Amino acid sequence: MEGLNQDSVSHEMGMHTEPLTGRDIKTMFTLENEGGYGYHDAFDVDYNKRAEINADNMEANEVNNQIRDLMADGHGTIVIKNPGAKHSIAVGILNRLNLIIEGSLGYFGVGLLDGPNVRITGRVGWSCAENMMAGTIVIEKNAGSTFGAALRGGDLVCKGSVGSRTGIDMKGGSIIVGGDTGAFSGFMMQRGRMLVCGNAGKNLGDSMYDGTIYIGGEIRDLGVDAVPAELTDQDKAWLTRKLKQYELLPKKGVDHFTKIVAGKQLWNYDNLEPTEKKIVL
Amino acid sequence: MAGTSYKGSEIKDVDQFIKGDGLESDREKELGQHIGYRYDVNLVPDYDRVTPFLTGYMEFMGWDDLNWLEDVHMGYDDGKPAVFDRNINGWLAIPDSIKLPKNQQDRDMMAREMLIKFQMSPDHPMVQLNKAYRKF
Repeated sequence: MEGLNQDSVSHEMGMHTEPLTGRDIKTMFTLENEGGYGYHDAFDVDYNKRAEINADNMEANEVNNQIRDLMADGHGTIVIKNPGAKHSIAVGILNRLNLIIEGSLGYFGVGLLDGPNVRITGRVGWSCAENMMAGTIVIEKNAGSTFGAALRGGDLVCKGSVGSRTGIDMKGGSIIVGGDTGAFSGFMMQRGRMLVCGNAGKNLGDSMYDGTIYIGGEIRDLGVDAVPAELTDQDKAWLTRKLKQYELLPKKGVDHFTKIVAGKQLWNYDNLEPTEKKIVL
Repeated sequence: MAGTSYKGSEIKDVDQFIKGDGLESDREKELGQHIGYRYDVNLVPDYDRVTPFLTGYMEFMGWDDLNWLEDVHMGYDDGKPAVFDRNINGWLAIPDSIKLPKNQQDRDMMAREMLIKFQMSPDHPMVQLNKAYRKF
């Protein structure tokens, strides 16, 4: 019944009858920053206000609801103890927050984040940080497959090694791996940056559309349409800054990194008829 | 540009998509549309050019760098400078009153600043949508 009530709110607000033609986005805001640095509906949290959650005997949704309640109460630092490798912990947080997870997570941990800074002392399972929008996540140990799947933005860091299909379909952000990455990393990557200090498995960057992959170690082989490119001074400056930030900068620097980009041989737009292309774009 | 058969036009001039239609290759001219992004999506930010406003935003969020804004660039929509807002899936046009810097890095910083100001504004379309449709 709650959903029905909400639908009536949208009707009362005229969302279903307002004219959309002729509406110009430029008329809807001014250059002055009226809203501060946070989203309009974000919780006002204080990083110095700290709370703990013992997740030992809790379901994942209970943990997630408690995180939300604590943020609503102004807590800016939350520590989750005994996560027990439960799935879907700490998902959908659209707020600035310091989140410390003491232990390991199961599948789909810390997904759909937009803003928090997360530190995980253990390991993570498949699809960690899936669809993350913004923020930082640092994992101290290893991660499973499809690490950072469909990542949109932010920094996702694993200090150990990660499984296969890392950054599959990523559309932005940076994935940083201190160790090795498995096969098909960067598969169908669309944009963003992947930075691996160790080795990469077979079919790296297979069918990538755009974006950049930097590999510090050996590459087993490249996937379809993934090609080496020149490592520029700007790339080196960015790599150095990023790796230093997460204490992963190799002693020998970044000059040995190999840069991989899309060859754009798979861009098939010019095989379409003009009318088809207009529909696609 | 990497590869040997890039099918769109190369970006050679910062004003390429403002001065003209940006159509360079034969196929683009035939289609009457540009192929691919109208900016270099892989351009990493020059941190010497970060604005004071963006520095304040980074401090507020507790980040050491631009984080998700590293993927935000000034693009060009319909011949006008604009920045893409992923939250509304639409382009935010840069007002005519704003003078554009001469290089893409400074333009990108301007785009990032404008996007944050827009997203955090109480007039952002998501505020209305949130009131109307939020279920919990």
